[in-house]
Amino acid sequence: MSSKSLRSRSHRLSSTQAQLEWLEKGIFKPGGLPHFATKVNGFQDTPLRPHSLDILQLNLGYMCNQVCAHCHVDAGPDRKEMMSETTLEKCLDLIRKTSIKTLDLTGGAPEMHPHFREFVSQAAQLGIQDLIVRSNLTILLANKKYVDLPEFFKTQNVHVISSLPFYKKDKTDRQRGSGVFLKSIEALKQLNAIGYGKSETNLKLDLVYNPSGAFLPGNQKSLELEFKKALKTDFDIDFNQLFTITNMPISRYLEFLIASENYEEYMESLVEAFNPSALDKVMCTNTLSVRWDGYVYDCDFNQMLDLKVDHTMQHIDDVIPEELVQRNICVSQHCYGCTAGSGSSCQGSVV
Amino acid sequence: MSRPYYQSQDLKKFKNISDWSPELGAKFFEYYNSVFEEGALSAREKSLIALAVAHTVQCPYCIDAYTQDGLQRGIERNEMMEAVHVAAAIRGGASLVHGVQMMEVYDKRSM
Repeated sequence: MSSKSLRSRSHRLSSTQAQLEWLEKGIFKPGGLPHFATKVNGFQDTPLRPHSLDILQLNLGYMCNQVCAHCHVDAGPDRKEMMSETTLEKCLDLIRKTSIKTLDLTGGAPEMHPHFREFVSQAAQLGIQDLIVRSNLTILLANKKYVDLPEFFKTQNVHVISSLPFYKKDKTDRQRGSGVFLKSIEALKQLNAIGYGKSETNLKLDLVYNPSGAFLPGNQKSLELEFKKALKTDFDIDFNQLFTITNMPISRYLEFLIASENYEEYMESLVEAFNPSALDKVMCTNTLSVRWDGYVYDCDFNQMLDLKVDHTMQHIDDVIPEELVQRNICVSQHCYGCTAGSGSSCQGSVV
Repeated sequence: MSRPYYQSQDLKKFKNISDWSPELGAKFFEYYNSVFEEGALSAREKSLIALAVAHTVQCPYCIDAYTQDGLQRGIERNEMMEAVHVAAAIRGGASLVHGVQMMEVYDKRSM
């Protein structure tokens, strides 16, 4: 796989339209596999609708120090999109006037945003129960301006959620880039050293597992036990929970599926594993995702496909939460990723 | 007959064996699912045993299914290959141990 973003390669799949064509046509053409909206029909009142707004997920920008092969954001060092100070302030305003319990900061590498610390400090004052930063770990070692981030996280009681696709070097580096595994281990040790992931503290350190290839994640609890045993034995590392996340057939993971001729079989396996009991627990039912430019989406995946919310309030400037929650959720065939097997969300399996 | 004997999509139709014998099919799948639950052996260990047996009985469906099952469980390729070598050693050993019979017949019949 390439070590550059689709955007920087001018790849056809850097267009959301091209991605949606794959998801709407091909094996999903009439007579083929059922569309997600059709499949959902019969299991619950359709269309799918949110039931609350508990989680505000902000994508602070697409810049990242890594170029992971599976990245649904197409993030990388070349991506310059960043949330403006005005939009950040609008997001704080939204938190002030709602009962949002969780603020989830993602990217790219959210720590690379020039106003990251200032924003986290302000948000931490607003009574958020769970302030999440999705850290790729290597950013903590990437530059001396980031080395004190673990201490900063601790002072703000940030909940750190980090990607680590496997507890061995080979699979991790193949997915996330050469040298990423050992740097991630070093960063995890630093976080452990100040109390993160330790049972005697309240500093939460969770890891995210996503499959290194064209297959679905296994049982979350079993994989968590494997990760805990291996990381403790090999590196004396502790963490709290492991979240298994299904790879979504969009962006660079879609590129991989198509290039490796796994696309059709992967989509078949997602459709076959459709689990209706995940429907009322998928994250779009209680989350709002905000793009760097202030547009709002049902989830981070819809954001990457530019499927804006099905409502007149499509921008953070206009959002009235109690009105926006009265909307239909935009779906396409990537949504099968969140309802396969035990379900999948940014907080791991849902069933 | 133009249809190949083995087709990968037939694996997905495995459950259809119940169509012509629902009661026996249901009993088989209930038993099958129980076998692979966590027990004295972990489900992970059972998956590796299944992979080795799949190679022994040379079932392409089972090899496909239990390679994918292993990937989902985080079983690594060197672990899978060691399981296949266990199968190969037992198969090879099963041939070789019959060499004792050959040797005994040979010696008995020879002057």
